[in-house]
Amino acid sequence: MIIRIPNPSLVLLIGPSGSGKSTFAHKHFKPTEILSSDFCRGLVSDDETDQKATNDAFEVLHFIAAKRLAAGKLTVIDATNVQVEARKPLIALAREYHYLTAAIVFNMPAKLCQERNEARPDRNFKPHVVRQQSQQLRRSLRNLKREGFRNFLYVMSTPETVEATHVERQTLWTNRTDEHGPFDIIGDIHGCFDELVELLKALGYKISTQSDGNIVVEPPQGRKVVFVGDFVDRGPKVPEVLRLVMQMQKADAAICVPGNHDVKLVRALRGKNVKLTHGLAESMAQLEKESTEFKTQIAEFLNDLISHYVLDNGKLVVAHAGMKSELQGRASGRVREFALYGETTGETDEFGLPVRGKWADEYRGAAMVVYGHTPVAEPKWVNRTINIDTGCVFGGKLTALRYPEKELVSVPARQTYYQPTKPLLSEPDKRSAVETQQTNSILDIDDVLGKRVISTRLHHNVTIREENTITALEVMSRFAVDPKWLIYLPPTMSPTETTSNSSLLEHPTEAFTYYRKHGVSNVVWEEKHMGSRAVVIVCRDPETAKRRFDVVDDTLGICYTRTGRRFFDNTEIETELLKQVKAAIDKANYWEILNTDWICLDCELMPWSVKAQELLRQEYAPVGVSARVALNEAVASLKTAAGRGIDVQAILEDYRQRAEAVTGYVKAYQQYCWQVQSIADLKLAPFHLLATEGAVYFDKNHLWHMETLGELCQNSEHNLLFATAYGIVDLTDDTSQTEAIRRWEERTEQGSEGVVIKPLDFIVQGERGLIQPAVKCRGREYLRIIYGPEYTLPQNLERLRARGLSHKRSLALREFALGVEALERFVHREPLSHVHECVFGILALESEAVDPRL
Amino acid sequence: MLLTISTAYSPATDLGYLLHKHPARMQSFTLAFGQAHVFYPEACTERCTAALLLDVDAVGLVRRPQGQFAENFALAQYVSDRPYVASSFLSVAIARVFSSALSGKCKDRPQLAETEIPLSARVSILPCRGGEKLLRRLFEPLGYTVTAERHTLDAQFPEWGESRYFTVTLENTCRLSELLTHLYILIPVLDDEKHYWVGEAEIEKLSKHGKDWLTAHPEQESIVRRYLKHQRSLTREALAQLREEDVRETAETVQAQEEELVEKQLGLNEIRLATVTETLKKSGAKRVLDLGCGEGKLLRKLLAEKQFEEIVGMDVSHHVLKIAQERLNYDRLPEKEKKRLHLFQGSLGYRDKRLTGYDAAAVVEVIEHLDISRLSAFERGLFKFTCPQTVVLTTPNIEYNVKFENPHAGNFRHKDHRFEWTRDEFQSWATSITKRFGYTVVFHPIGPEDENVGPPTQMAVFSRGS
Repeated sequence: MIIRIPNPSLVLLIGPSGSGKSTFAHKHFKPTEILSSDFCRGLVSDDETDQKATNDAFEVLHFIAAKRLAAGKLTVIDATNVQVEARKPLIALAREYHYLTAAIVFNMPAKLCQERNEARPDRNFKPHVVRQQSQQLRRSLRNLKREGFRNFLYVMSTPETVEATHVERQTLWTNRTDEHGPFDIIGDIHGCFDELVELLKALGYKISTQSDGNIVVEPPQGRKVVFVGDFVDRGPKVPEVLRLVMQMQKADAAICVPGNHDVKLVRALRGKNVKLTHGLAESMAQLEKESTEFKTQIAEFLNDLISHYVLDNGKLVVAHAGMKSELQGRASGRVREFALYGETTGETDEFGLPVRGKWADEYRGAAMVVYGHTPVAEPKWVNRTINIDTGCVFGGKLTALRYPEKELVSVPARQTYYQPTKPLLSEPDKRSAVETQQTNSILDIDDVLGKRVISTRLHHNVTIREENTITALEVMSRFAVDPKWLIYLPPTMSPTETTSNSSLLEHPTEAFTYYRKHGVSNVVWEEKHMGSRAVVIVCRDPETAKRRFDVVDDTLGICYTRTGRRFFDNTEIETELLKQVKAAIDKANYWEILNTDWICLDCELMPWSVKAQELLRQEYAPVGVSARVALNEAVASLKTAAGRGIDVQAILEDYRQRAEAVTGYVKAYQQYCWQVQSIADLKLAPFHLLATEGAVYFDKNHLWHMETLGELCQNSEHNLLFATAYGIVDLTDDTSQTEAIRRWEERTEQGSEGVVIKPLDFIVQGERGLIQPAVKCRGREYLRIIYGPEYTLPQNLERLRARGLSHKRSLALREFALGVEALERFVHREPLSHVHECVFGILALESEAVDPRL
Repeated sequence: MLLTISTAYSPATDLGYLLHKHPARMQSFTLAFGQAHVFYPEACTERCTAALLLDVDAVGLVRRPQGQFAENFALAQYVSDRPYVASSFLSVAIARVFSSALSGKCKDRPQLAETEIPLSARVSILPCRGGEKLLRRLFEPLGYTVTAERHTLDAQFPEWGESRYFTVTLENTCRLSELLTHLYILIPVLDDEKHYWVGEAEIEKLSKHGKDWLTAHPEQESIVRRYLKHQRSLTREALAQLREEDVRETAETVQAQEEELVEKQLGLNEIRLATVTETLKKSGAKRVLDLGCGEGKLLRKLLAEKQFEEIVGMDVSHHVLKIAQERLNYDRLPEKEKKRLHLFQGSLGYRDKRLTGYDAAAVVEVIEHLDISRLSAFERGLFKFTCPQTVVLTTPNIEYNVKFENPHAGNFRHKDHRFEWTRDEFQSWATSITKRFGYTVVFHPIGPEDENVGPPTQMAVFSRGS
């Protein structure tokens, strides 16, 4: 015997104790797939035969079964299951998770079971127990089909049958994840044959009529059509449409799911009592002329259609009326109902039509869902779903969505074939423009709270710990700018490894070694400006800001800090800054060149004192002044004592050096401060062109970024934009490296903060994954601000050299991957929640405890 | 950090006996946080100066084993003023290096230790929280002539203003032990900071070193308070010990005074919470939300009302929720009461399923903490997704601010307020809510209503449906 069971599904083994269920289960299923009542009894009571523990044991069994089904795992229940009361809750459980149930019955002679039990030391049942179980099984047998095992019921009555049986797992019919497309998904046709042919041609399909009148469709290379159903009713050429679609499916040029109209037609064709409303009368009239054989074919074809499909490794779901994520790929009456009719609230609107549920508004699934059913004027992305029924039969148009391109192609209806009950552009549809966008920008607390695992294209899954999301929620809610603007946050950056040069902490050599070790042959160095990190988004006009970023105020863009806070409390300065950046973009003609109406830049804004004013007044300057006075007094005092012949030379020398170090410290911070009275005192140095409409620039190397932004800076009329100095270093050429080191030394001695060293390419995957997108190499004088004025004294340096970089580096990679992911998602117009989770993740990672001096 | 002590007593070099440190040598001492050196820049019969040079190891402080010192922000920084200024580190050094002089003992010149001699002390950098005024109020009553030079933060940036550092000379004719004791106690008081945990032991130090002079000092209270790091119970105990009073009695008096003060200040808050509770009760609500519950003052009132069967307190700050939990004694509530109350972190900018299905929501003094640009997300979250039958919302009335004695800079009542509204602004906002989300609204004043500027707080009560 061959036992075919759907995979996944819930399989019940049914039979008395000793009928061979467990042995069978272990032969045909993985140990983790089997849930045995005995085992659960053991789990809760340390005794697999303790009947007192039965209730608790089944609670555990049901709980685990529910978890497995929720996760879409095949689950086998190894318990006697001979009583209807035992089976009922399990069948209900399978229904709850929309899976089919299968029964494998072990209808063995009671005597055999009894003998087997007696042979087992741990079974000391009285004979009547097994006898009773056998009777209960026999009574159950007639009803099993009706109970819920209609399609998958297998009864074995002899040990020989059991021995000779094979189990075959069948993937669910809805599972076509190995179909990768590309697809052309076509909306509701309703007998609009001419428009269908026209649309197919527009999509590049070759259509020819053969001598026998049959139409042959030849798809473009590798493509396939997916129909979302509702082929029939209302329109003029229902038989023609069906003939074409059936032929295409037969030739494997099309995949079809059924619509509610198609299902109703089947019932009508099969003589069921169906009201001939909603255009069914037209279908029946047109089919009148067709042969009985054709009508039977139609009925079979439509009847056999599967509720919905999961395609392309689970990335695409097609269903007539949509599909919630928890129902995707599952099979039950409710799944089919949802696929055909969608979610209805049970209410009707003023036109007497059912009010649709808002499953799409709340959709948070990973798969793209393409559907039809309810005509809309224009398809709109809502979360990751799109309705492509553009009401062709009502005089709208017939639309196709190209996948994976996400392009819409449509042909207008040649006429209004059927009067809609309500106008196509009626109320619920008008909400499209404004409210669809609003729906897409709804953030749910479940998008951010708790432990998060975010999948990124660069760095696999990034895990965010709950304690970090707790902190981030407060920061995000209380201090950050409107999340609609927050499409990116810059990652943290690690310094170079501590240098082997004993009088320094950081030196370019270590950066070069790091990148060379990871197979990078060319790096760029960029001057590291000592200011504050700023992300600047500039739009061509306030209308763009409203349209693309869905913000309400009349702004041209935004400038925010690395923690997502508004950079300027003073909106006038921000407005002026944005205006000046826009003017430079205008002048450089970048709107046209980059084919965009907004630009997102990664920048450093100077001076440091703009943002760090409080820090300077509370921390840096006080240390400077107290150190200077204290050390000078000490030196003077020691000198006097030395004049008296007291032996204080060693200490005096030490204090002289320290006083000198403090002078260096004060000079260091002073260089990054100047008074800001107006925008003319600000400098903005952009160094990454992050994103524009429909594009990110991580595929461009840093040379391109520096050149493109350099040109932008040249077009800045009021000298706000400031070009960053940079150069290329050939890591295979010693002269090139020596020259770069010389320039670093020169610059840092003159007070420059240092340089950032990046591989020439923006993103580099090494042998063991992503490598650091940049490392900083800070100058000796600058580091006084970080490690204290006197860090350069040998006794201090020696201790400071011990610093661990690995946590910082791992954070840098995770944050970089999330930042790239956020922008990718934004430019691909994913819903705000998908962008926000990445940005939120970066903010959360920033609250990880890591040495702030790195 | 340098402290010098000079005398013009003749022979001045007797200072060496008093300090128990030889004028001809330099001596070094190892301390837990660095080193101390003692040497004499001058030592002749007419004038003798001893220098205590304190060398605090900045890097060592950051890299110290955990728990050695208090978790003080400045101590965790490499960039820190601690190595350079007179602070509790100096007090510890004085006690270690000049221990006999501090306690007034001198083996070789016992008479001299008891004698008042002309002394002067110079502190190279003394941080004074409270400025020169406090510096003088602390030392002048003890007979010192105070000379203080204040240092600017950075001469290159005069707009940054003055620092809190002074170079200070103190002159007095007194016993050396008195001078050292005064420095020992008053330096950390001026700095208003300590590098170690402050507990009961600190009271002992204070009575030991302060019993002779602190009782009569006009700044007694602030000295004690600052020395004990503003810990109220310690301060009360120390003051009582100094005044030789019965501790319990004092504590009661202090409490009574405090309460009076609280009554006066928190009158408005009290009225507000009472009004909100009453309004919620009248709405007939059984299951209520306190959105932005803070430390749980409203929750406490709601818990006292049996009408409310389920009470949710939500706040964006996990930290204040913990405080609320403590204040409400959550862990010790009876099981049944515990089930009535749920506290969780959440944010009004996000749609939140946990909040649906409640009868009423209180949003008390919350919206003014949101940026205007994020108000629309809040509106949708509350009125569209949460949509309780009743919403009770309060916010300050900015018009009333003219009546306050000390208006804040920017004219808002709280530093974190992003906006405050006039009555017109608030009412037009609330009315726009009713139109968009299908609510009706009624406005109520909270607090004493002024004829011209209205009440200090305004309240809107929204009801779903018309």
